[in-house]
Amino acid sequence: MIVQALAFYLFAGILLLSAFMVIAARNPVHSVLFLILAFFNSAGLFILLGAEFIALIMVIVYVGAVAVLFLFVVMMLDISFADLRKGAMQYVPVGMMIGALLIIELVFVYGSWTFATGHEEYLDAPFERFSELTNTEALGHLLYIDYVYAFQIAGLILFVAMVGAIVLTHRRRSGVRHQNVSDQQARKVEDAFEVQKVTPRIGM
Amino acid sequence: MIDFNLLPLLPEIFLSLTAMGFLIVGVCRGHESMQVVSWASVLSYAFCGILLLSMSWDTEIVLNDMFKFDRFAGLMKLLILLGLIISVALSVRYLKQEGIARFEYPVLVTLAGIGMMLMVSSNNLLSLYMGLELQSLSLYVLASFNRNSLKSSEAGVKYFVLGSLSSGMLLFGISLIYGFVGSVDFGAIGNTLASLQNVPFGVTFGLVFILAGLAFKISAVPFHMWTPDVYQGAPTSVTALFAIIPKIAAMGLLIRLLFEPFASIADQWGQIIYFLSLASMIVGSFAAIMQENIKRLMAYSSIGNMGYALIGVVAGTQGGVAAVILYLIIYLVMTSGVFTVILSMRRDGSDYEKISDLRGMSQSNPVMAYAMAILMFSMSGIPPMAGFFGKLLIFEAAIAQELYILAVFGVLSSVVAAYYYLRIVKVMFFEEEGDAFDGDLPFARRIVLFVSVMFVLAFAIKPGLIVASTQGAASVLFAGL
Repeated sequence: MIVQALAFYLFAGILLLSAFMVIAARNPVHSVLFLILAFFNSAGLFILLGAEFIALIMVIVYVGAVAVLFLFVVMMLDISFADLRKGAMQYVPVGMMIGALLIIELVFVYGSWTFATGHEEYLDAPFERFSELTNTEALGHLLYIDYVYAFQIAGLILFVAMVGAIVLTHRRRSGVRHQNVSDQQARKVEDAFEVQKVTPRIGM
Repeated sequence: MIDFNLLPLLPEIFLSLTAMGFLIVGVCRGHESMQVVSWASVLSYAFCGILLLSMSWDTEIVLNDMFKFDRFAGLMKLLILLGLIISVALSVRYLKQEGIARFEYPVLVTLAGIGMMLMVSSNNLLSLYMGLELQSLSLYVLASFNRNSLKSSEAGVKYFVLGSLSSGMLLFGISLIYGFVGSVDFGAIGNTLASLQNVPFGVTFGLVFILAGLAFKISAVPFHMWTPDVYQGAPTSVTALFAIIPKIAAMGLLIRLLFEPFASIADQWGQIIYFLSLASMIVGSFAAIMQENIKRLMAYSSIGNMGYALIGVVAGTQGGVAAVILYLIIYLVMTSGVFTVILSMRRDGSDYEKISDLRGMSQSNPVMAYAMAILMFSMSGIPPMAGFFGKLLIFEAAIAQELYILAVFGVLSSVVAAYYYLRIVKVMFFEEEGDAFDGDLPFARRIVLFVSVMFVLAFAIKPGLIVASTQGAASVLFAGL
């Protein structure tokens, strides 16, 4: 037990620290690297909870894809985050006020929070069905059988996102050299070069 | 066990397949195929409508209780399909004139339509959200479809940012409801809430956030700020689409949500909808007076109209809901007609959007001017046009529930609204002649304009048919009570 508690505090401590560093670091590349560290530690927390699948997904998707994408964007686009912050500073007081109001409201809500009477039964229903299965299998059941409808619509939404991204950004520019495979295949040796006889001392 | 019966989903599956098929056709044939793909899409909507009519309209809940088909959903889907047919038919010529004829347009409209059809059929907070996002995401793209225009891009970004914010609020509300009930299923939520003695604070809080998110989608005041800018900035054919269909879908969703899972806490949401309705009517009528741009004017007009429709929701009776559906039908037909005229406000290949550009239209384009005048009379609720009956039934439902203040404010604000509708008639008929608009109305626009004017005029002769079907649709929502 003590090992588990130690592991928890280690992961949680580093997670909080690195999450703080994400917003505190001056260099955006450092921010992204801290973000990756935060993801790794939260994956560790999920393993402690026994949710090994989510931990794996965390590493594969967030670290492997999302964070690396961030890193690419940060390094390839020359965005000065300091300048962005400068403009945003003038809204801080208003933002703080609204945030404070929201927090007070949330304290009220959670302070008087009650659960409905049948609450546990609804929540426990999937666990009873899947008690024999591993995490991954149980999630598969939920995703592809119970919630296949939502899953399919998510597919359509991604389809729209793809079409939308192409509609909004893809431009056919003239003067760009495209690769044309059939042209390349049809090229013959004679089209590409010719043998010239060069007379000595005279040249071409 | 989970019911994998896909028959109730047939129209949506059919439309998704056509959307993907037409995309492939478009990719292979290039942007010249826009016209073909558009008309093929119109045909597919019509076919989908026939498919819908030939299905059994009994209530069916399938796929782990996430999808519900009943007479209410059926009627709403028919309306959505009708709106899709009109908006795509109207847009073909416009897109070509504006030089934004790209084959993705009808595909995105179809996908938005699928999202809307799924919305009105949702039986679970999860499927509600998925349908809503499918619709919204397609509409964000459509709003900025003319990417060479600064205004259109701005409209798209504005719509996207504010839309995501509203989705966030909606999700937060959903999470609170889920936290309380332990389930996102409408049936489970309904049962749990019905068994409560007094409603806990958390549920009310969640409800408020959900309603705020949905009020944004129907652009009810105070969540209307995006509407004028987006309506003005988006290409006019997209504005027509925005004005015609998403409102209907979101209203259908709102009605389903309020009268199914949240029916037992009607006194909680009643006040919120009451305020939304009152504020929308007042802002919609007063803010429109100052507008010079006709697209902006239509935006405020749609805000005001949603306010009237919400009165029927506040009434909370079967008659009220039936009146809302009827109001939406009449609104759909009138708005299509008005946007046909707005789309035809072109001279020498460029768009005119000012109200003052309509000057003297009765001389230069008499047919369009008279049609527009009839539609404006109907919009302002002058009998015997259809618009009058829509409002009449709404106010009748309100009076029956003793909502006198709401009804009085409704009548007063429709008097104010009559000012700006009639101002358009005045500009067209009594101001000195301006230059003529390009006269030739394409065939599709002629049909839409003719049908909508005929509907508005002839509705009074035989209203029973449509009223009966709205009654039938509304009755399924109250069957369980």
